[in-house]
Amino acid sequence: MSESSAQQAHVHAPSTGFWRKYVFSLDHKVIGKQYYALALAAVFTGMILSWLMRIHLVWPEAKIPGLELLSKAGAPGGVMTPEYYLSLLTMHGTLMVFFVLTNAPFAAFGNYFLPIQIGAEDMAFPRFNMMSFWITFLAWVVLMLAFVIPDGPPIAGWTEYTPLSAIGKDAGPGMQWGASLWGLSIAIFCAASLLGSLNFIATTLDLRAKGMTLMRMPLCTWAWFITSCIALLAFAVLLPACILLILDRHAGTSFFIPAGIVASDRVQPHSGGSPLLWQHLFWFFGHPEVYIAILPSMGIVSHILINSMRKPLLSARVVIYSMMSIGFLSYMVWGHHMFLSGMNPMSALAFSFPTLTITIPATVLTLIWLGSLYGANIQVNSASLFALGFISMFVSGGVSGFFLAQPSIDIYLHATYFVVGHFHMVMGVASLFGVFAGTYFWFPKMTGRFMNEGLGKLHFWITFIGAYCIFMPFHYLGLIGNVRRYQSFVNDFMAPYIPLHKFITIAALITGGAPFISLINVVQSRFRGKWAPEHPWNATSLEWSIPSPPPWNNFGDRHPVVYHDPYQYGIKAAKGDFVMQDSPEQVPAVGD
Amino acid sequence: MASTTTTAVAPVGISGQTLARTPVKVAAADRASRSGIWVGLFAITMSFMAFTSALFVREGSLDWGHLVLPSILYLNTFVLLASSGTFELARRHMAAAAQGRIQSSELGKIWMLATLVLGFGFCAGQYTAWQSLRAHGVYLATNPNSSFFYVLTFIHVLHVLGGIAAFGYLLLKTVLRGASVWRSFLENTAIYWHFMGVLWVYLLLLCRMKLQ
Repeated sequence: MSESSAQQAHVHAPSTGFWRKYVFSLDHKVIGKQYYALALAAVFTGMILSWLMRIHLVWPEAKIPGLELLSKAGAPGGVMTPEYYLSLLTMHGTLMVFFVLTNAPFAAFGNYFLPIQIGAEDMAFPRFNMMSFWITFLAWVVLMLAFVIPDGPPIAGWTEYTPLSAIGKDAGPGMQWGASLWGLSIAIFCAASLLGSLNFIATTLDLRAKGMTLMRMPLCTWAWFITSCIALLAFAVLLPACILLILDRHAGTSFFIPAGIVASDRVQPHSGGSPLLWQHLFWFFGHPEVYIAILPSMGIVSHILINSMRKPLLSARVVIYSMMSIGFLSYMVWGHHMFLSGMNPMSALAFSFPTLTITIPATVLTLIWLGSLYGANIQVNSASLFALGFISMFVSGGVSGFFLAQPSIDIYLHATYFVVGHFHMVMGVASLFGVFAGTYFWFPKMTGRFMNEGLGKLHFWITFIGAYCIFMPFHYLGLIGNVRRYQSFVNDFMAPYIPLHKFITIAALITGGAPFISLINVVQSRFRGKWAPEHPWNATSLEWSIPSPPPWNNFGDRHPVVYHDPYQYGIKAAKGDFVMQDSPEQVPAVGD
Repeated sequence: MASTTTTAVAPVGISGQTLARTPVKVAAADRASRSGIWVGLFAITMSFMAFTSALFVREGSLDWGHLVLPSILYLNTFVLLASSGTFELARRHMAAAAQGRIQSSELGKIWMLATLVLGFGFCAGQYTAWQSLRAHGVYLATNPNSSFFYVLTFIHVLHVLGGIAAFGYLLLKTVLRGASVWRSFLENTAIYWHFMGVLWVYLLLLCRMKLQ
């Protein structure tokens, strides 16, 4: 026998060359860090774009230094044009939703910790894993190219609603090549996400260590697994939609463009297409995307809270079932983004009902977190603060979802800042709080050092208070009819509310500075942070049973065997009040 | 070629190092490959369901017309289904050879080669179908029916080419390099290839019912 299936197994050797070790690495941990770095680049870019938009909203004549360098046509003399405001809006949304909220909590942390938490040496398909990152990176490069082409970024928003996104340059600046780059970038991103999801699913199903039953997986592993199932379905639908969009734009087809569209005084040479078809395909992806962003953070936060409380949740099993229910229901509610599209009221009702239903598992999750916190002697640190902040943001942002789920109310609120406040809190900030919590919690594992707690708490309080100062007033502005996507309000009935907008802008400028504190903390702690002991958090899951940072093959020659569920806390054991998953020590049954 | 065993503790490495693989890990890797192929097929199914949904929505428009399907599509269907048959024969021969139930896997290689030829034949046939439509003035953007026909068939051919690539890799390994076949890879490729046949039959029926 010269070759057998054994030789084709997924494993790989430690890499020694620079390129293989740091760039085209097959190691899931390096790939996780690469995703994290890409998300960091995207989040800082997206945040600076939001600063520029906020400044322009309240000081529309302000000359922004350096903006002209970014685009002469978009900001002549440093003053943003209305169209360029829309370009920045589009890029902000696209970067944040795809390259931050999908990458950071799911791809970055999932890649790094899922294999370790289930006792595997690596992902099932390391080469696919490497490819999925670099294809994602390519998608990011293609998107960012929109900033440097003469045409500029597209102005159609992150949803790229047709028909205007499909007809080309007649739709406005950025709609010739900028919109094409957007479509191509997202199509590439879809392909990468499909590869990544496939890898996550196969790894979770088949590479678990002995004794690691599904119900013994940590909650964050469950969240990554459920998210990968959702992502597999969602991106498999968005990819064809992007292909059809590109064909409409460049091949003369009419999938999304109806007859008689006049743009820039030209009748567009298309007929019969359905703009609503794009909306259906997009939102069939788009709503599950909300849960692709939030579910991993739910898992991370649950994992961290349990550790901080030193006791299990009221029911980890119900948390798992609730996350599964959310994942399942996420595919039945896409139409609630389209109540304004003129759909049959019966259809609106059909989408409204499951939308309200999805609040049941979400409420169950919240009640379990809060009920478990009741009477708990929680250890307050940066990680647990961000975990608690997640619950706060999730509840505050989620409550407005009850209103938006009703077609009659949504028709009034849909095009207003109420929706902007809702989704930024529940999907954006809450999800990022999960990422921050994960960063502070797992930093000692990834580097062997602690992050600075003082800077961490400063980061938390600025972000927490700032996020409320920014996004709660959005709800109020929405209720009084403040339309979103407009680049200026100074000359209309909104003028009395400009001071509130100024307050929001100042809050955004201050809050946006907080991640820089975190970045400094990460860099400083990486090299000068306090050394972490073997069990910095006295945690139970498998990632804490190996050295920090983990060796290339995670467990070395050891084959971990799992004896317990992942949350054996609050008990009398040899090492303290916890028993690790791979410890054969006998313990009384705790929790479920 | 020696027969294949799957329980050996085999060396594997990409940088010259040697790593011990236990049979348990090998079995897990094989299971993961099998899961991976099914998950992948599920994603492909979802994508074609999205195209199908788009077709159903677009069908309601006033400019929906008729498309005369090139008759070579039926021959192509036969070729692709025949390739599934030859692949299955190849798979069984290779498996039997690997388990030592037959002496030689030469016949398996011949069936693999036949599958490869039929696979390319199917792609060439699809290209001929597109040329036939173009000769009649039916292009991608001529009408929604032709748009969907070109899109569905082209993306299916891309997937078939993906299967051919996997298949060519196997053939290269076994015929040119004399390596014994990697069972799980062979079986997963077979599943993929059969799925391509089933998918094509679905697409042909869809085109007949909705585009013609």
